Amino acid sequence: MAEFTLPANSIVKTGKTYKAAEGVTNVKVFNVYRYDPSTGSNPSLDKYEVDMDTCGPMILDALLKIKNEMDSTLSLRRSCREGICGSCSMNIDGRNTLACTKAIAEVEGDVNVYPLPHQPVVKDLVSDLTNFYAQYASVEPWLKSDTPAPPDQERVQSVEDRKQLDGLYECILCACCSTSCPSYWWNSDRYLGPAALLNAHRWIKDSRDDATGARLDELEDPFKLYRCHTIMNCTDVCPKDLNPAKAIAEIKQMLVERQI
Amino acid sequence: MSKFRSPLSVAKGHGSAKSGTHHFWMQRVTAVALVPLVLWFCLSLAMMPEATYATVVAWMKSPFNSVMLMLSIVASFYHLSMGLQVILEDYVSNIKIHMASIMIMKLSCFFFASLGVFSVIKIAVGG
Repeated sequence: MAEFTLPANSIVKTGKTYKAAEGVTNVKVFNVYRYDPSTGSNPSLDKYEVDMDTCGPMILDALLKIKNEMDSTLSLRRSCREGICGSCSMNIDGRNTLACTKAIAEVEGDVNVYPLPHQPVVKDLVSDLTNFYAQYASVEPWLKSDTPAPPDQERVQSVEDRKQLDGLYECILCACCSTSCPSYWWNSDRYLGPAALLNAHRWIKDSRDDATGARLDELEDPFKLYRCHTIMNCTDVCPKDLNPAKAIAEIKQMLVERQI
Repeated sequence: MSKFRSPLSVAKGHGSAKSGTHHFWMQRVTAVALVPLVLWFCLSLAMMPEATYATVVAWMKSPFNSVMLMLSIVASFYHLSMGLQVILEDYVSNIKIHMASIMIMKLSCFFFASLGVFSVIKIAVGG
């Protein structure tokens, strides 16, 4: 839904400054979005001067250093710290990405860290992805087959069929793509978004799945699928270098092909 | 929307409308059709020796030119109405205003396309 006037508490105010210790020479400034909905006060941008000589190389290292040594009230999600769990997705230096795989050295000047755009904020850098996960569940991301599995082996597929899933199965559901998509910002109540559609395509392309037609039926909708206008922010930001825009284009192509 | 509805029920919404592909495909078809039509139109205007009323009317009376003009008008307004529909669907979230604006836009496009086509016919077959 397009919103041209923003609610009063969306105005981000200048927050506290946490100075580096005396004698620290190699300082990098991190401006971090802080918001606690339970307090009723506006969000603020807190400034942390982090000592780079005692900090790891990644943005996540700096955020954890801030949390451990400077300000324990900072909230963020993280788990694997190696780009496979998708927990630490956030907006860094104006782009959605994973804090654990983004190097501090890649950012010139101060590092601005915000939560994923256009999602409700639970606290600070933790956004509420309930709708995002429900949309993923709605594409029924599991193998559907009326053919019983062979009793003595797995469901087999050829090397070529398996290759069809490359570039699709690697999605870690970090939500960087969907929350970078303007169409998803305006219509996330009805548009499934690039992540859910890429995962839908992963099952549409699976040679072992019998439900291809039913899956295409479910996606054939002006809002669920056709809100994609090939803006390609999704492909631009994907921290796993996947191409959701191509997956969506292939779904549209299959829908056209089956009716002409 | 009730806060007691499950997130999955909200995400599934009213299900699939089982439409949208025709709209998507016709947008491409009209876009492809408009490439030669627009090129022809621009070249024809550029190659006209003088743009006087009499020259233009004489040009429009040729069967080829009048048919190409009508096709250009129909394809343009069809393409326009589909493009505007997408913009309205994107940005107008209030369902009543959404439906009313799409209806007004489509009827307007139909009116202006009809006006254009009839005008070409009138000039082409008129005295």
